Amino acid sequence: MGSLIEVVYFVAVALFILGLKRMSSPRHAREGIVWAGIGMVAATVATFFVPNLENFGLMIAAIIIGSGIAFVSGKRVAMTDMPQMIALYNGMGGGAAAAIAAVELLKMSGNHAEMSHSMITIQLAVAGAVIGTVSFSGSLIAFAKLQGWLRKAVRFPYQQLANLVVFVGMVSTGVYLAFVGVDIGIIIFFFLLALAFGVMVTIPIGGADMPVVISLFNALTGLAVAFEGFVLNNAAMIIAGTVVGAAGTLLTQLMAKAMNRPISNVLFGSFGASGGGAEEEVEGSLKPIEAPDAAVMMAFAEKVIIVPGYGMAVAQAQHKIWEMSKQLIDNGVDVKFAIHPVAGRMPGHMNVLLAEAGVPYDRILDLDEINEDFATTDVVLVIGANDVVNPVARSNPESPIYGMPILNADYAKNVIVIKRGKGAGFSGIENALFYNDNTRMLYGDGQEMANQLIQGIKEL
Amino acid sequence: MIESISGISAVYIFLLAAFAGYEVIAKVPVILHTPLMSGSNFIHGIVLVGAMVALGHAEGTTEQVVGFFAVLLAAMNAVGGYVVTERMLEMFKSSKEKKNG
Repeated sequence: MGSLIEVVYFVAVALFILGLKRMSSPRHAREGIVWAGIGMVAATVATFFVPNLENFGLMIAAIIIGSGIAFVSGKRVAMTDMPQMIALYNGMGGGAAAAIAAVELLKMSGNHAEMSHSMITIQLAVAGAVIGTVSFSGSLIAFAKLQGWLRKAVRFPYQQLANLVVFVGMVSTGVYLAFVGVDIGIIIFFFLLALAFGVMVTIPIGGADMPVVISLFNALTGLAVAFEGFVLNNAAMIIAGTVVGAAGTLLTQLMAKAMNRPISNVLFGSFGASGGGAEEEVEGSLKPIEAPDAAVMMAFAEKVIIVPGYGMAVAQAQHKIWEMSKQLIDNGVDVKFAIHPVAGRMPGHMNVLLAEAGVPYDRILDLDEINEDFATTDVVLVIGANDVVNPVARSNPESPIYGMPILNADYAKNVIVIKRGKGAGFSGIENALFYNDNTRMLYGDGQEMANQLIQGIKEL
Repeated sequence: MIESISGISAVYIFLLAAFAGYEVIAKVPVILHTPLMSGSNFIHGIVLVGAMVALGHAEGTTEQVVGFFAVLLAAMNAVGGYVVTERMLEMFKSSKEKKNG
């Protein structure tokens, strides 16, 4: 039986890797997740046949309850809220890895004498426990932030010092467990410190950096799973966890690179909180425009580029925006969508939303592909985007977003900005683009304004 | 029960799996970053297998309670990760077909 289970695990792991490979090309992406899903079901079923297992009632109950909650919440969540759901489910995985470690450590504390576990097993269990727990509490904070339950980046004096103290405490208790002895009191203290560290590391991070952080926690959970795989002698967990750890690390790097922010800065820097430079007054004034006038501008343009941001997602305006774009295309206007790598709350977030609305791929362009085109564009429609079009990133070395590549919307002949109200973007920085002479502000809800634009174009 | 994985082969497995993960992601268009993160999030849902074993071997109430939560959380990771990824990728499929049709 044992070897048959091993064969199933082997097939499952192969399906995971092939599935992940498939997911990295748009054409086969959907098959990829189905393959991985088949692998997961097979591995789960096989595990019921592992010899000498007990507590099947509890096991089945936990699977049914957990699956039920996740299935319903996953199906119900709006596309706009996907990023925080990923954070949430990732946190669950980290918590599971930590709980496995807890069970194993509790076992070890129970039988000091006939120590069946080797030293290295305990050390790996402890390492997986730290990583999993930090990923668990950190992901929950990331979820709370993106969900809007925790608005601000929380900072207090001597924060770095406090983090350091907790970190040192966590590592020392971990080292004690791993090298000196396993004791139940210390186990509890150790997990509390790890929970606290995950929270403390995540609360000061601004919302704009969240995607990078979630990706990092994703990689960490993978690593924790791999470590617990070593402890349980389970090759499927080792391989799948490590693959995710490596892939997640690379993804994190790609994202951080797109934002031009080294990962160390994201974690230990102070994005959006630096004083001085960011507070600087922007010259000029905000010039409002009404929807019918904006509609005329776009309908008679030759080339229009639409720059969507998180605001579009919040307003659920993607369908209306695409409807409007189709009208413009029928009028002979060349309409393109420009996606900044970190537009929205996650790389690719906007692509997903536009794909949902039915926008074809060839109209959606990356920063590198489209940035040259802004200079020859008649109208740029910015909807719900802010920091990714802020020219301050190019001009003001004092600004916290200085050096981040931006979409050069300010080079276009005209810019129309749909915005719910005055106020700064997620990073809290004033946007110089909004004050430019060729920029007009269209104040209102994204979907409502898109509706009015559709009406305006219709009436021409 | 299961053949034990000895120290050095474990390190090899770790190394090769890391390369595999890195290679698989290396050439990914930005458009797929979010679905891919979600997909890899699903894959570490394999922790469910370990959670089941941990709960299966649990003795005493404390271990059982912690094991129960391990399975519960792991199941949420796996199922939630799948549902969310599938929904995202479903949209890619439909837009692709619209374009072709």
